[in-house]
Amino acid sequence: MLAYIGRNIALRVVLLFIVSVLIHGLIHLAPGEPSAVDPSNPRMKPQDIAKIRAAFHLDDPLYLQYVYWVRDLARGELKSFKDNQPVLGKIWRRFLNSLPLFICSTLIVWTLAFPVGIQAAIRRGAVFDRSSTLVAYALISFPGFFLSYIMILGVVEVFHVPVIGLRTFGMEGATGAFQFMDRVWHLVLPSLLGALGGIAILSRYVRSQMLEVVSQDYVRTAKAKGLHQDVVIYRHALRNALLPFITMFGLLIPGLVGGSVIFETIFAWPGLGLLGYEAILSRDFPVILTLNVFGAMLTLLGTLVSDVLYGVADPRIRLE
Amino acid sequence: MNTVNRPVASVDAEKLPPPETPWQEFIRVYKKDRLAVVSSIVLAILVVVGISGKVFTEWVVVFDAEVVRLPDKFLPPLSTPSVDIIPAPDLPQLGVYVFGTDELGRDVFARMLQGSFVSLSIGFVAVGISVVVGILLGGLAGFFGNIQLLKIMTVDTLIMRFTDVMLCIPTFFLILTVVALLPPSIYNIMIVIGLFGWMGTCRFVRAEILALRQQDFVVAAEALGLPKARIIFRHLVPNALAPVLVSTTIGVATAILTESGLSFLGFGVQPPYATWGNILTDGKGFIFDAPWLFVIPGMAIFVVVLAFNIVGEGLREALNPKLRRR
Repeated sequence: MLAYIGRNIALRVVLLFIVSVLIHGLIHLAPGEPSAVDPSNPRMKPQDIAKIRAAFHLDDPLYLQYVYWVRDLARGELKSFKDNQPVLGKIWRRFLNSLPLFICSTLIVWTLAFPVGIQAAIRRGAVFDRSSTLVAYALISFPGFFLSYIMILGVVEVFHVPVIGLRTFGMEGATGAFQFMDRVWHLVLPSLLGALGGIAILSRYVRSQMLEVVSQDYVRTAKAKGLHQDVVIYRHALRNALLPFITMFGLLIPGLVGGSVIFETIFAWPGLGLLGYEAILSRDFPVILTLNVFGAMLTLLGTLVSDVLYGVADPRIRLE
Repeated sequence: MNTVNRPVASVDAEKLPPPETPWQEFIRVYKKDRLAVVSSIVLAILVVVGISGKVFTEWVVVFDAEVVRLPDKFLPPLSTPSVDIIPAPDLPQLGVYVFGTDELGRDVFARMLQGSFVSLSIGFVAVGISVVVGILLGGLAGFFGNIQLLKIMTVDTLIMRFTDVMLCIPTFFLILTVVALLPPSIYNIMIVIGLFGWMGTCRFVRAEILALRQQDFVVAAEALGLPKARIIFRHLVPNALAPVLVSTTIGVATAILTESGLSFLGFGVQPPYATWGNILTDGKGFIFDAPWLFVIPGMAIFVVVLAFNIVGEGLREALNPKLRRR
């Protein structure tokens, strides 16, 4: 078991190294440089550009730039091109902002997707199954920002609450309950909208898993014994259908970085996605690079955790 | 026990209906899903609209998407142009602005028509690229998987590890990064979306080919001494295509959505090309004054993406022999 985990970690470290080299190359080979963000600024003289390029090691060969990046990252001294703030601190602060959003959407996804998927599987071909399929596809077919704008208008018109940003500006003096409700209102829409796609995909997946399991012999046996329908479904069938979702859980983690760019931009939510967007706009290479690698690291971590959990949960699988 | 002599069903081969070809069986199962049939009709109409969009807005300019008519700014759908101010050649072809006009008095109908071709071609070209890359790499890994490279690793290990690498990069964020750094061009967007989307296809094709290689008809083909290329492209790839077809259909939908997301962030297709994504993005600034600028492209994207998704699901049901018999 321990050997298995050790080997997997080693494999993932190698993968992470390759990913970082790949992303580093992609970002640095693409045209468009930090010194060229503001070409029309009359105060930018060629000497200034040369100075900036030298300060950021942009004139060194690629592999040296990569070494510098790793060295600075390891020492925790990696600085943003834009404001000279340490990159790790920036990412950590934004990560803490993204986390509540991510946790809320994940909770919404998992609490809604399972009942819907199970019911759809039990009533295969019935009205509920068909309509939930249609709704699921409708949800993933809207351009995210189209739906967000309509929802924002709706909520602001009906409930008269502000929803943009992390909290309402100027609420610092309010009592705890008010501040809390304010935070909740700001959290509801972005997490709900971020969850919609997940609900649609996961509920379809739950449905197909349940369909696989429901036709198994042991489910028929359980029914033949005269057990109650609910016992058959929730105790016998669902437990076995649950196994693949351990994998899904690992795959959801990278959504923390990539999936949130559009929603965080719409809701001016100062999280990782928005940080990435701002970094891209200002060609802030260290932040872009570190964020991408951070996302890859989260994915690798997620797959590792799900592999190990799979071995723990499924007695048929022995981790060697 | 009373034994009734029931006529035994005769097994005369001549009296049986001719066996269903796989194609006929597919059509029969697919037809049962009415939603999918309707969606495929929608898609067929869309392809016609897209092609006529190219023809009538660029080759034979019937609907000119670029005429600016400042007196007719922000007219709601189905309103008539101000005939006395606007010169006759600039008047809309149909006599009314079917979808209204935008902030420069451009005809939204003509722009949507132009955009339909661009949006569709982004979807199809991007998915085309990812399918070609996916089939090539997946086919290589599946068929030549156990060839050793430099005595370190097999072809299969190399390709599948590379797929893992690509899978663990947050895709949308990397697409955004690359599109933002490259010079803005519609081809770059197609290529980048395509190059970051082949991993699923590659895995499907490899798995299918690995499974198929054990089957008798492939062994027979090998025993007959057929050339490898013929075995791969005549016998293996066609049989491995079913899951690819499904993921292609859904991939087109995803690519159209990705393009609209990129447009929203300001990295989409740049003017003068109109796409549904950037019409929608431009429209969001006028959501109160001219809601049709926002609702029409939004609903158009929604309907088309939904149709692609439902057709994909219908194909999945019809092509999956496991689901079919239930």
